[in-house]
Parts: sequence; structure tokens; C-alpha cells
Amino acid sequence: MEPFEFVRAAGIQDVLVAIRRPGSRILAGGTSLVDLMKLGVETPSTVVDINALPLSMISVEGDALTIGALASNSDVAVHPAIEQHAPAVGQALLSGASGQIRNAATVGGNLLQRTRCTYFRARDWPCNKREPGSGCAAIDGINMGHAVLGTSRSCIAVHPSDLAVALLAVDAYVHLASVAGERRIAIGEFYCQPGDIPSRETVIGPDELITKVEIPITNLNATSSYLKLRGRASYEFASASVATAILRDGDIVIDAAVAVGGLGTVPWRNRTAEKLLIGKQLTQESILAFCDALFAPASATPSNAYKLALARGAIHRTLRGGAEW
Amino acid sequence: MKTRVSFTVNGDTIDTAIDVRATLLDVLREELRLTGTKKGCDHGQCGACTVLVDGKRTLSCLKFAASLEGCAVLTVEGIGKPDALHPLQAAFIKHDAFQCGFCTSGQIMSALEVIGDPLANTREAVREKMSGNLCRCGAYPNIVSAIMEVKSNGTV
Repeated sequence: MEPFEFVRAAGIQDVLVAIRRPGSRILAGGTSLVDLMKLGVETPSTVVDINALPLSMISVEGDALTIGALASNSDVAVHPAIEQHAPAVGQALLSGASGQIRNAATVGGNLLQRTRCTYFRARDWPCNKREPGSGCAAIDGINMGHAVLGTSRSCIAVHPSDLAVALLAVDAYVHLASVAGERRIAIGEFYCQPGDIPSRETVIGPDELITKVEIPITNLNATSSYLKLRGRASYEFASASVATAILRDGDIVIDAAVAVGGLGTVPWRNRTAEKLLIGKQLTQESILAFCDALFAPASATPSNAYKLALARGAIHRTLRGGAEW
Repeated sequence: MKTRVSFTVNGDTIDTAIDVRATLLDVLREELRLTGTKKGCDHGQCGACTVLVDGKRTLSCLKFAASLEGCAVLTVEGIGKPDALHPLQAAFIKHDAFQCGFCTSGQIMSALEVIGDPLANTREAVREKMSGNLCRCGAYPNIVSAIMEVKSNGTV
């Protein structure tokens, strides 16, 4: 592993100053960063350990649920307030990784984890995300696990987070701090599609720290759920996943949120397509129309086209209460 | 670069200057000679290096030791002795829950948390909760049996 400077931050101001050093990386749970440093994919010159910061609170504040950036995936997953107000979030976390990793991994780190693309993780292949301009080995390579939505000629790496998909469905916000101040960003505007610059993955600045995630407490979010389909029964990234929330008046849909994971270069949601469900019953026809609109921009390879069928099945199964389509 | 860090391992205080690149796994095995904790994949995929950090099962290969300031680490050497086995260790022997034994200390350290997990109340749920521990000999059914016995009786 390449040498680096290690800074153990005592408070948020320490962190905000230290991360202004070029080449710095924040260390929380370490489950992603340490792995990538061993692989030589991440080579920070400074590692800023933020584990001493008081950022692991999970609390209800007014009409929002807030989760500190250092809250562990395990603690968030089984928290009663999560189960009550945003069950998809807990289900998504429990469907991800292993018990050991969920204990160490944090909410902030989960949102910033890098793709699992094999070519990104191995330095002996070209990868525009890891080494801008070097090319993409995945587009003509083994790509059954790669993205079908939001792809570009530069990158088809899939976004790995389950949590981010659930947070997208419940309209969460990410709170950021820097020496310049604080801001909050809707999770739907947090991730960048690869375009020509796949190395840029989020709108977070190099001098910014995620401090917390905020989930609005709404009747819609309380109905949310998460379904994940994968190649193994456990401890595997999603082939396709769906986070849904539906409010109905009788049989008629009055509000809907559907986000999908495992398919996109970023967590994927289409609010225009969701409008097709409003005022309708959840029938095979209305769900098909929604799926057609949601997946219209998809661009699959022969190896990963199966993901579209999987995702359609997952959406039908979720919206029809377990019924097969 | 070296940095000073202080934490406990099986109750003993470790206060030392270490290379910041050293993982907890490497410190346990190479510095402290606690070789019960195994290095399998060294990338967080196999679970052989599982220890408890502040009472929670954790992959020691993915923790920089420098990041453990003030933490309490428990390894397989700290849970039982040959003449006074932990109930899980006794159950693993009784149920023949291993062949080569390389994954076993990681399985047991992981199972320490699972025996207290109210969500892991069926064989199927235990398998899900133990999915971060691979056994290439395929002793899974017997591992689950050992865990279920300790869960139901608290002993063997």
C-alpha cells in the first residue's frame, strides 16, 4: 500500500481543514476505502479518520428523520424510527453486505462507495473512472453486472448502493459541511451520471463532508419497501432492486415513488413515469405502462439485458403485493 | 508514517506507535502473535478475520489499527481456553462444524453476535446472518446446527 499521512480528527472543524489538502480521503468504517487502498485503486496522500466525531445520532426532529453520517448500517437498519417512517431504508440496509460489514460501514460511506466494476477494481485494465482517458474495458468486456440506464460511451459501471436507492424513493436530503458553510442536496441531485467524466460521481466538493441524511416524515414514505434480486441468496450486490412507496385511496393510486437499483450508473427514478400510475388502479396494464416509460432510455448489452426483465418483475411483484405478473 | 494508538485486545492495553498502513488483522497476527484470527481473502469477502470491536463483529482486515483509538478488541483467544471452552466452541466440536478449521475462528466470532440476535431465530435466518463467513469445506449445515443449539440452550 502506498504511504499516506494519517490525521485523527477530534472535531468537525479538524476534518473540514484537513480535507482541503489535495489527495485527502475521509476514513469512517473503512470497509470500502481500505479495500480499494489495498488494490491500489485509491491512493490518498492523507487519510482523515473521522470516527471520533459525534455524527452517529438517529433522531426525529420535527417532520424529518435525521441519520448522522457515522451511524452504522446495522444501527440504522433496526432503528424503530426507520421501521416506522422509512421501512425501505432498513430493508435495503439489511439486504446489503454482511453482518460484519454492516457493523462497520456508515451511512455517509455507503453513499460514497465506489462501483464494484471488476475493471475499475483491477489496475491492469483501462478504466475511465479510475484513470480518465484510458478507455472502458467493460463496454466490450464481461458486463453482465453492468448498467443499462444512464450509461455513456465512457462508462457503464453500475452504482452499488442499496441504501441510496431507498433514500431516492423517500426523497431524502444529504447534508454537507465545509469551511464555507453548510448546504443540503436532494439525493436525486446528488449523483452524477458518467457522461464524459465518469471519475466525477457526485456533486460533493473535495472540501465537503457529509454530516447527516434527512428523510421527510410523510404518509407516503411510511409505506415504502425494498425488494432486491441477486445472483446469490445473501451477501451479494443487486442484479435488480426496487424501492417503492404507494399511497392509495381505495384502489386508486394517489401518490407513488419507485426507484430502481442494480440497473443504473446512478440510483434511478423517473417522476414523469410515476405520474402514469396516479389516478389508476395497480393493474398489469398500468404497471406495464409505467415500466415501459421508466425503461424507455435503457441501453443493454447482450449480457445484461436480463436486468430489465428482472426489474420489471420486481416492480410488478412489489406493486401487486407479491402477485406474479 | 507511524502514529500512536491505544486500544485493548482481550482486555490487555496496547499502546504503541504503528505504521498507519497496518490493519488490525496484521497487528494481531504479526505484532501480538495472536494467530487464531486468520487471513483469508484480506479484502472483506470471506470473514475469516472476524473479531469483535466494541462488542460488534468486524472484519479486522478492513480496519486500520490506527483508527481504533479507545476501542476494545476481542479475538478468539479471548473467549475460551482449552479446558474451559466457550459454549460455541464446544458446540462446533459436538456438531462437527468444520473440516480444515481455517474459517472456524471467524465463524465463531461472527456467531457470538448471531446467538444474541433476536432476528436470527430460524436455521434460514442464521444462514442469512452468517453469510459473511465462507466455509470452503462446506460445513454450513453443521455450523448452523452448532449455533442453533447454543441459541436455544445457552450452552451445549
